[in-house]
Amino acid sequence: MKMALIRMSGLGGQGLVTAAHILGTAATKDGLMATVNPFFGAEKRLAPAESYVRISAEPIYQRGEVLFPNIIMIFHPHVITLGKCYTMPFFDGLQPEGTIIVNTDGDLGIGREDLEKLSALGARLYSIPATAIAVRVAETELATNMAMLGALIGIARIVTFGSLREAVLERFGGAKFVASGTTAALDNVLAAKFTKMDQLVDRNMQVMEAAAEAVQEHSITALRGDGCRVCGRQG
Amino acid sequence: MIEQRVALMVDEVFQPTRCESRFITGSEAVKEAIQRSNITMAIAYPITPQSESMHLVGDLYAEGYIPDYFRGESEFAVMGQVAGAAMGGVRVFTATGGPGTLRAFEMFPCWAGMRLPIVCCFFTRGVNSPLSIQPDTIEMAFLLDTGIIMLHAEGAQDLYDFTLRAFAIAEQTDVHIPVGVFADGFFVTHTREMVTVGPPDVKLPPYDPHRSPVPAMDMEGVPVRHMRDPFVMKSNFISYAAHASWQQEILAAVERSRKYVHEYLGGLLETENEEADILIMAAGTAVSQSREAIQLARAQGIDVGLVKIKCLRPFPTEEIQHLARRARAIVVPEFNRVGWLAREIKSVVEDNSRVVGAPRVFGGMTMPSEMILAQLQACVPATR
Repeated sequence: MKMALIRMSGLGGQGLVTAAHILGTAATKDGLMATVNPFFGAEKRLAPAESYVRISAEPIYQRGEVLFPNIIMIFHPHVITLGKCYTMPFFDGLQPEGTIIVNTDGDLGIGREDLEKLSALGARLYSIPATAIAVRVAETELATNMAMLGALIGIARIVTFGSLREAVLERFGGAKFVASGTTAALDNVLAAKFTKMDQLVDRNMQVMEAAAEAVQEHSITALRGDGCRVCGRQG
Repeated sequence: MIEQRVALMVDEVFQPTRCESRFITGSEAVKEAIQRSNITMAIAYPITPQSESMHLVGDLYAEGYIPDYFRGESEFAVMGQVAGAAMGGVRVFTATGGPGTLRAFEMFPCWAGMRLPIVCCFFTRGVNSPLSIQPDTIEMAFLLDTGIIMLHAEGAQDLYDFTLRAFAIAEQTDVHIPVGVFADGFFVTHTREMVTVGPPDVKLPPYDPHRSPVPAMDMEGVPVRHMRDPFVMKSNFISYAAHASWQQEILAAVERSRKYVHEYLGGLLETENEEADILIMAAGTAVSQSREAIQLARAQGIDVGLVKIKCLRPFPTEEIQHLARRARAIVVPEFNRVGWLAREIKSVVEDNSRVVGAPRVFGGMTMPSEMILAQLQACVPATR
């Protein structure tokens, strides 16, 4: 397989680092190579945060930020509308025919000029109401990251659901993981919502599956206002 | 205490027959190494990007693998307390990084001067203003002449291996000098990758304080005596001579560590395709970025070799001189603005105009492989 170079951009507290951890772990369980690393400033909620995942069948040497991703996952619309990311515009470095997945239940918030650039790149644009699905299915916004992973798998089967399940169980149910104080507190909040670990894992998997079904592709041509909103056809 | 069997031969810990691969971060690799290191004491003070590693070492204390662990008042205090523990004759570990390293700076030449076999992990981070918590290896330039042995890990696997083996190098009687294991913050500490580790139920043999070339906490002998005795504190020729000869002994001890770096790390450097016209010489994660650049260069028909420098003090002077002899160009990519590695290399190779001190990124940025490739392409006319 071609190396998947994934950049996740969002806000502190949304679980991007956890999502990257789970995705990378799942890839290794599928027999692939993976590296995962986070990028943030001083740790605080709602500050820009990013994490990066590289998945390949071949050894991976590159480290640090993924500067030239082929998949960008936007966990919060403010990444686009308020520029809460480490690169401007939010799709800087996207490879030709790359994929963008945005968590939104409304307008994508992408300006016309950026849409033109994305069109020139041949980018594929998807949206998913990830937070809404998390609240509906898992009854907590903390599962937004799971919905984003589900959307990713709905578009590109980079890893299997079976491995994702194992990775979620290992992350939340295993005794091995040691989180920072803030992450541990969020883990406790999440665990308190479910009576059993199996329930937490099941519900997270349900969120992923629902999101995989609900992900929606957008025609960039249509968004630019110069064609049919559904198929992008002119006239 | 959790029961661990003491390895009869260090190879049982360094090259175990039972191994396991884990998808872990660099910080977790430090925990794995310390779990097998049989340390008596660890002292911590939080500083990003190091905090997670000493947090995890604290968990080892909670799990019963380490008899003593506490949090100091500051980085400087921790380095002094670690020195006290080592002078007391126990194996001790700590970690720091970036601003914490500089805050504690005075203690590193003191450790060397006291001949303390402390192992410390340094996780590099920008230290200048404006603030950055991301990696930048400029602090390594400041540490080059403190008298400590300096190893530079490329990734989490190196970090595990080097940390574990650092104890063996530090504790040799003819060395007995602190070892700093360096790794680029975040790009190693927070990056999750596959790491092969040995069995957790086997640990290194304990440190034997009788192997120390200086008496432990003996106020009548060096090194403690020189702190308080008039012969040094007095301003006269004898005091200067005593101090100068001791500094030479520290340098000599570092030199004597070469054979142990060979024994435990397989050499001060590693090479790939060393006959190539163009050589990349790098340390830390710049090596990883170079590996990618070499693949891109080969696809374009450019023949490039790689020299991974694992040990910076002692510096692999003769090895680099030998490798550089036939290379037409030497490219040195670095994660800092001063280019300390290029400076080191230039200081030892003949006709150092062949040394290209580029590319350099700093302030926490990633080094795209294309930047290294551009330098390689620029070298091609000189090599044809």
